[in-house]
Amino acid sequence: MGTLISIELAIAFLGLGFVVGLPLAVGEVYGNKFVKNLTVLPIVEFFRSIPALVLLFLFYFGASSLNLNFSPFIAALLAMGFRSAAYQSQIFRGAIKSIDVGQMQAARSIGMSRFKAIRYIILPQALRISIPGWSNEYACVLKDTSLVYALGITELMRQGRYIVARTFGNAILVYVVCALIYFLVVHFGVKLLDFLEERYKIPGYEIKKVTTRA
Amino acid sequence: MAQTILKVENLHKSYGKTEVIKGVSFEVKKGETKVIIGPSGTGKSTLLRCINQLDSPDKGRVWLEDVEISKSHIDINQIRASIGFVFQSFNLFTHLTALDNVRIGLMRVKGIKEEEATKIAVEEFKRVGLGDEMHHYPAQLSGGQQQRVSIARALAMNPKLILFDEPTSALDPELIGEVLEVMINLAKEGTTMIVVTHEMGFARSVANDIIFMDDGIILEEGPPGDIFKKPKHKRTAKFLSKIT
Repeated sequence: MGTLISIELAIAFLGLGFVVGLPLAVGEVYGNKFVKNLTVLPIVEFFRSIPALVLLFLFYFGASSLNLNFSPFIAALLAMGFRSAAYQSQIFRGAIKSIDVGQMQAARSIGMSRFKAIRYIILPQALRISIPGWSNEYACVLKDTSLVYALGITELMRQGRYIVARTFGNAILVYVVCALIYFLVVHFGVKLLDFLEERYKIPGYEIKKVTTRA
Repeated sequence: MAQTILKVENLHKSYGKTEVIKGVSFEVKKGETKVIIGPSGTGKSTLLRCINQLDSPDKGRVWLEDVEISKSHIDINQIRASIGFVFQSFNLFTHLTALDNVRIGLMRVKGIKEEEATKIAVEEFKRVGLGDEMHHYPAQLSGGQQQRVSIARALAMNPKLILFDEPTSALDPELIGEVLEVMINLAKEGTTMIVVTHEMGFARSVANDIIFMDDGIILEEGPPGDIFKKPKHKRTAKFLSKIT
């Protein structure tokens, strides 16, 4: 049970992180100064610079003292989702910037608007390049779901503690099992992402890097 | 008198404090092949990029037929769709097959249905002498094939004019011929083209008109016979003696 909740939390955090992180990255690379300095950078800096546990407390206890009563799940989603968005945005930004400027120029030269060029030419390439970095972020977010235990959400970690308390059981055994479960979930998730990376790799592209125009 | 396709008037462009183009004017007639030659760093490529507004000129005006395209309120995307551009480094979209490279403009810019776009693309592949390679990705093609795909990509949009920016400069010597051959055929078919190149053989035999650019200006312009046999300027003569 706890495992499923942990996985669901990770999917929710990563999902929000993706939906917010991608536009942040595009805004940081292609946006004007206003977009970049007044929206993107403050968000990214805020969520990257504050420890996850502090973010969780801010969005749960902090918000409730401002009469914003988020449920533990919503508070966790906002804190961890936006945190992931900040990290993901930097993964995507790096990928976007690694794409040759000629790709954008060629797209514009056949009459694509900037938006279409980003949508059809830049992002399909950037997302492929992002997979290895993103797989790192996936592992971090999944493991960090254990922190929401502090807000009373019954995920894997809290479930483990319940079991220890209820059965006067062997703490070492229970936590080793918890650790093993985290390990397996991360492991298989990373394998899945490796598979996607292989599946969507651009044929011939690896060879090109070595052979042409040395 | 053939219709004027492109008119450039007193174009200026600077990067920082360096003025790269210092007042260039010329015209291109329908069906004409205009070749621009000159030493490296004299603004030839910049000039091409200022024509389709990939770089915006600082001063001066550009007309495509009777539309002034250097105005800021013009829908530049629509204009660019009717000006082909062939890059020195091909710039094929790396994540798309050759076929999709040629189709994407038709489908995403012109809104043509897939089936019709495929038909057009296949035709253009024939024009550049390709066929079997359609389902390959750019990285699986030779430089010459890639450049021919990029010419097909430009042709598919049915442009009024195609700009070639040193199309053979990034190619191995044995691959230059196949690209030039395609361009020669286009010229014969009456495609309007502006070609920046160091291929003097091509310039001499295919150009209707040659522009010699030096230090950001057009130093002289005329038919190949005049430019190659009796250049008016010392600098033109010097350049030609070095390169041929």
